[in-house]
Amino acid sequence: MAKPEEIFPENVLKAIGGKPIKNKLYMVVLSGDMDKVMAAFIIATGAAASGMEVTMFFTFWGMKAIQKDGILTGKSLFGRMLGIMNRGGLKAIGPSRLNMGGMGRWMFKLMMKQKGVASLAELYDSAVELGITMMPCQMSMDVMEFDPQKDFKPNVTEPVGVAKFLEEAAESRVTLFI
Amino acid sequence: MTTLDLKGLLCPMPIVKMAKAIKEIEVGQTLEAVATDPGVMADVPAWCRSTGHELVTLEKLDKQFHFVVRRAQ
Repeated sequence: MAKPEEIFPENVLKAIGGKPIKNKLYMVVLSGDMDKVMAAFIIATGAAASGMEVTMFFTFWGMKAIQKDGILTGKSLFGRMLGIMNRGGLKAIGPSRLNMGGMGRWMFKLMMKQKGVASLAELYDSAVELGITMMPCQMSMDVMEFDPQKDFKPNVTEPVGVAKFLEEAAESRVTLFI
Repeated sequence: MTTLDLKGLLCPMPIVKMAKAIKEIEVGQTLEAVATDPGVMADVPAWCRSTGHELVTLEKLDKQFHFVVRRAQ
Protein backbone atom coordinates (compact mmCIF):
# COMPACT_ATOMS: atom_id res chain seq x y z
CA MET A 1 0.00 0.00 0.00
CA ALA A 2 1.26 3.49 -0.87
CA LYS A 3 2.54 5.61 2.01
CA PRO A 4 0.48 8.72 2.84
CA GLU A 5 3.34 11.06 1.84
CA GLU A 6 3.21 9.56 -1.65
CA ILE A 7 -0.49 10.40 -2.00
CA PHE A 8 -0.98 13.68 -0.16
CA PRO A 9 1.02 16.92 -0.07
CA GLU A 10 2.64 17.83 3.25
CA ASN A 11 0.03 20.42 4.31
CA VAL A 12 -2.80 17.92 3.87
CA LEU A 13 -0.95 15.28 5.86
CA LYS A 14 -0.42 17.79 8.66
CA ALA A 15 -4.14 18.58 8.70
CA ILE A 16 -5.06 14.94 9.17
CA GLY A 17 -2.43 14.38 11.84
CA GLY A 18 -0.09 12.47 9.56
CA LYS A 19 -2.02 9.24 10.04
CA PRO A 20 -1.60 6.55 7.41
CA ILE A 21 -4.37 6.33 4.84
CA LYS A 22 -6.23 3.02 4.95
CA ASN A 23 -7.87 1.21 2.06
CA LYS A 24 -11.16 2.33 3.52
CA LEU A 25 -14.46 3.82 2.37
CA TYR A 26 -16.22 6.25 4.67
CA MET A 27 -19.73 7.20 3.71
CA VAL A 28 -22.17 9.74 5.13
CA VAL A 29 -25.77 8.76 4.41
CA LEU A 30 -27.91 11.87 4.90
CA SER A 31 -30.71 10.87 2.50
CA GLY A 32 -33.53 8.59 3.52
CA ASP A 33 -34.94 8.01 0.03
CA MET A 34 -35.10 4.52 -1.42
CA ASP A 35 -32.99 5.36 -4.49
CA LYS A 36 -30.24 7.13 -2.55
CA VAL A 37 -30.10 4.55 0.25
CA MET A 38 -29.90 1.88 -2.45
CA ALA A 39 -26.96 3.64 -4.12
CA ALA A 40 -25.28 3.92 -0.71
CA PHE A 41 -25.65 0.19 0.03
CA ILE A 42 -24.58 -0.86 -3.50
CA ILE A 43 -21.36 1.16 -3.28
CA ALA A 44 -20.71 0.05 0.31
CA THR A 45 -21.23 -3.68 -0.34
CA GLY A 46 -19.23 -3.47 -3.58
CA ALA A 47 -16.35 -1.81 -1.72
CA ALA A 48 -16.42 -4.37 1.09
CA ALA A 49 -16.51 -7.21 -1.45
CA SER A 50 -13.44 -5.64 -3.12
CA GLY A 51 -11.51 -5.83 0.12
CA MET A 52 -12.07 -2.32 1.48
CA GLU A 53 -12.88 -1.58 5.09
CA VAL A 54 -16.25 0.23 5.06
CA THR A 55 -17.99 2.49 7.57
CA MET A 56 -21.37 4.09 6.96
CA PHE A 57 -22.41 7.07 9.08
CA PHE A 58 -26.20 7.59 9.09
CA THR A 59 -27.52 11.03 9.88
CA PHE A 60 -30.89 12.83 9.74
CA TRP A 61 -33.14 11.27 7.05
CA GLY A 62 -30.53 8.59 6.49
CA MET A 63 -31.34 7.06 9.87
CA LYS A 64 -34.57 5.73 8.36
CA ALA A 65 -32.37 3.15 6.62
CA ILE A 66 -31.16 1.60 9.89
CA GLN A 67 -34.50 1.80 11.70
CA LYS A 68 -36.40 -1.44 12.34
CA ASP A 69 -39.45 -1.95 10.13
CA GLY A 70 -42.85 -0.96 11.50
CA ILE A 71 -41.60 0.99 14.52
CA LEU A 72 -43.24 4.21 15.67
CA THR A 73 -40.66 6.57 17.11
CA GLY A 74 -40.82 9.67 19.30
CA LYS A 75 -41.68 10.60 22.88
CA SER A 76 -43.04 14.18 22.82
CA LEU A 77 -46.06 15.32 20.76
CA PHE A 78 -43.88 16.62 17.91
CA GLY A 79 -41.59 13.60 18.14
CA ARG A 80 -44.53 11.21 17.74
CA MET A 81 -46.00 13.28 14.88
CA LEU A 82 -42.63 13.04 13.14
CA GLY A 83 -42.60 9.29 13.78
CA ILE A 84 -45.99 8.91 12.09
CA MET A 85 -45.32 11.19 9.11
CA ASN A 86 -41.76 10.04 8.55
CA ARG A 87 -42.01 6.27 8.78
CA GLY A 88 -38.64 4.57 8.72
CA GLY A 89 -37.38 1.09 7.94
CA LEU A 90 -36.24 -0.24 4.57
CA LYS A 91 -39.77 -1.36 3.65
CA ALA A 92 -41.33 2.06 4.24
CA ILE A 93 -38.95 4.38 2.41
CA GLY A 94 -39.90 5.56 -1.08
CA PRO A 95 -38.04 7.02 -4.08
CA SER A 96 -36.98 10.68 -4.02
CA ARG A 97 -39.03 11.38 -7.16
CA LEU A 98 -42.34 9.97 -8.47
CA ASN A 99 -43.34 8.35 -5.19
CA MET A 100 -46.95 9.54 -5.63
CA GLY A 101 -48.14 8.52 -2.18
CA GLY A 102 -46.46 5.11 -2.24
CA MET A 103 -47.36 4.12 -5.82
CA GLY A 104 -43.85 4.92 -7.00
CA ARG A 105 -42.33 2.80 -4.25
CA TRP A 106 -44.54 -0.15 -5.21
CA MET A 107 -43.76 0.26 -8.92
CA PHE A 108 -39.98 0.55 -8.43
CA LYS A 109 -39.92 -2.46 -6.10
CA LEU A 110 -41.85 -4.53 -8.64
CA MET A 111 -39.69 -3.42 -11.59
CA MET A 112 -36.48 -4.12 -9.69
CA LYS A 113 -37.73 -7.52 -8.57
CA GLN A 114 -38.65 -8.45 -12.15
CA LYS A 115 -35.15 -7.59 -13.31
CA GLY A 116 -33.43 -9.42 -10.48
CA VAL A 117 -32.02 -6.39 -8.63
CA ALA A 118 -31.27 -7.15 -4.98
CA SER A 119 -33.83 -5.61 -2.62
CA LEU A 120 -32.80 -3.13 0.06
CA ALA A 121 -33.25 -5.84 2.70
CA GLU A 122 -30.92 -8.19 0.79
CA LEU A 123 -28.35 -5.41 0.38
CA TYR A 124 -28.55 -4.64 4.09
CA ASP A 125 -28.03 -8.33 4.96
CA SER A 126 -25.03 -8.46 2.61
CA ALA A 127 -23.61 -5.36 4.30
CA VAL A 128 -23.89 -7.06 7.69
CA GLU A 129 -22.36 -10.27 6.33
CA LEU A 130 -19.43 -8.34 4.82
CA GLY A 131 -18.71 -6.72 8.17
CA ILE A 132 -19.63 -3.13 7.26
CA THR A 133 -19.76 -0.82 10.29
CA MET A 134 -22.96 1.23 10.56
CA MET A 135 -23.04 4.18 12.93
CA PRO A 136 -25.98 6.44 13.80
CA CYS A 137 -25.53 10.17 14.46
CA GLN A 138 -26.10 11.04 18.12
CA MET A 139 -27.41 14.56 17.49
CA SER A 140 -30.00 13.61 14.82
CA MET A 141 -31.05 10.74 17.02
CA ASP A 142 -31.73 13.13 19.90
CA VAL A 143 -33.61 15.62 17.69
CA MET A 144 -35.84 12.95 16.13
CA GLU A 145 -36.28 11.17 19.48
CA PHE A 146 -34.98 7.78 18.43
CA ASP A 147 -34.21 5.19 21.08
CA PRO A 148 -31.02 3.38 19.98
CA GLN A 149 -31.95 0.20 21.87
CA LYS A 150 -35.54 0.01 20.67
CA ASP A 151 -35.62 1.65 17.23
CA PHE A 152 -32.44 0.57 15.41
CA LYS A 153 -31.51 -2.74 13.83
CA PRO A 154 -29.24 -4.94 15.99
CA ASN A 155 -26.09 -4.54 13.85
CA VAL A 156 -25.91 -0.77 14.31
CA THR A 157 -23.16 0.57 16.63
CA GLU A 158 -23.53 3.02 19.51
CA PRO A 159 -24.36 6.58 18.34
CA VAL A 160 -21.38 8.81 17.51
CA GLY A 161 -20.65 12.48 16.83
CA VAL A 162 -18.81 14.64 14.32
CA ALA A 163 -15.36 14.12 15.90
CA LYS A 164 -15.62 10.36 15.42
CA PHE A 165 -16.75 10.92 11.82
CA LEU A 166 -13.78 13.23 11.10
CA GLU A 167 -11.28 10.90 12.74
CA GLU A 168 -12.39 7.97 10.58
CA ALA A 169 -12.95 10.03 7.41
CA ALA A 170 -9.40 11.43 7.67
CA GLU A 171 -7.86 7.97 7.50
CA SER A 172 -10.09 6.79 4.61
CA ARG A 173 -8.92 6.75 1.00
CA VAL A 174 -12.47 7.25 -0.29
CA THR A 175 -15.14 9.42 1.34
CA LEU A 176 -18.67 9.88 0.02
CA PHE A 177 -21.70 11.94 0.99
CA ILE A 178 -25.05 10.59 -0.15
CA MET B 1 -14.56 -27.87 -9.49
CA THR B 2 -18.04 -26.50 -8.89
CA THR B 3 -19.38 -23.53 -10.80
CA LEU B 4 -20.75 -20.56 -8.88
CA ASP B 5 -24.14 -19.68 -10.33
CA LEU B 6 -24.53 -15.90 -10.64
CA LYS B 7 -27.20 -16.03 -13.34
CA GLY B 8 -29.97 -13.46 -12.99
CA LEU B 9 -28.05 -11.39 -10.43
CA LEU B 10 -27.38 -7.70 -11.02
CA CYS B 11 -24.81 -5.28 -9.57
CA PRO B 12 -23.45 -5.51 -6.86
CA MET B 13 -24.48 -9.12 -6.09
CA PRO B 14 -22.10 -10.93 -8.50
CA ILE B 15 -19.02 -9.51 -6.76
CA VAL B 16 -20.59 -9.80 -3.30
CA LYS B 17 -21.15 -13.54 -3.96
CA MET B 18 -17.65 -13.86 -5.47
CA ALA B 19 -16.08 -12.26 -2.39
CA LYS B 20 -17.88 -14.78 -0.19
CA ALA B 21 -17.11 -17.81 -2.39
CA ILE B 22 -13.40 -17.03 -2.82
CA LYS B 23 -12.92 -17.21 0.96
CA GLU B 24 -14.18 -20.79 0.91
CA ILE B 25 -11.40 -22.06 -1.39
CA GLU B 26 -7.68 -22.41 -0.68
CA VAL B 27 -5.04 -19.94 -1.91
CA GLY B 28 -3.94 -20.99 -5.41
CA GLN B 29 -7.21 -22.78 -6.16
CA THR B 30 -9.57 -21.51 -8.84
CA LEU B 31 -13.21 -20.52 -8.73
CA GLU B 32 -15.39 -20.81 -11.81
CA ALA B 33 -18.54 -18.71 -12.17
CA VAL B 34 -21.26 -17.99 -14.68
CA ALA B 35 -23.30 -14.77 -14.82
CA THR B 36 -25.85 -13.11 -17.10
CA ASP B 37 -25.24 -9.47 -16.13
CA PRO B 38 -23.14 -7.83 -18.90
CA GLY B 39 -21.72 -5.55 -16.17
CA VAL B 40 -19.41 -8.37 -15.06
CA MET B 41 -17.27 -7.82 -18.18
CA ALA B 42 -15.99 -4.61 -16.58
CA ASP B 43 -16.60 -5.42 -12.92
CA VAL B 44 -14.90 -8.78 -12.56
CA PRO B 45 -11.53 -7.58 -13.96
CA ALA B 46 -11.80 -4.46 -11.73
CA TRP B 47 -12.63 -6.61 -8.71
CA CYS B 48 -9.58 -8.79 -9.43
CA ARG B 49 -7.33 -5.72 -9.68
CA SER B 50 -8.68 -4.37 -6.36
CA THR B 51 -8.41 -7.64 -4.45
CA GLY B 52 -5.26 -9.03 -6.10
CA HIS B 53 -6.90 -12.28 -7.22
CA GLU B 54 -5.88 -13.49 -10.65
CA LEU B 55 -8.40 -13.43 -13.51
CA VAL B 56 -7.67 -16.61 -15.45
CA THR B 57 -10.38 -16.40 -18.12
CA LEU B 58 -13.42 -14.25 -18.86
CA GLU B 59 -15.52 -14.95 -21.92
CA LYS B 60 -18.98 -14.40 -23.33
CA LEU B 61 -20.67 -17.57 -24.50
CA ASP B 62 -24.24 -17.42 -25.79
CA LYS B 63 -25.47 -14.48 -23.63
CA GLN B 64 -23.71 -15.87 -20.56
CA PHE B 65 -20.45 -14.74 -19.05
CA HIS B 66 -18.06 -17.44 -17.88
CA PHE B 67 -15.03 -16.60 -15.81
CA VAL B 68 -12.38 -18.26 -13.69
CA VAL B 69 -10.53 -16.54 -10.84
CA ARG B 70 -7.54 -17.86 -8.90
CA ARG B 71 -7.36 -16.95 -5.21
CA ALA B 72 -4.21 -14.93 -4.44
CA GLN B 73 -4.27 -14.50 -0.66
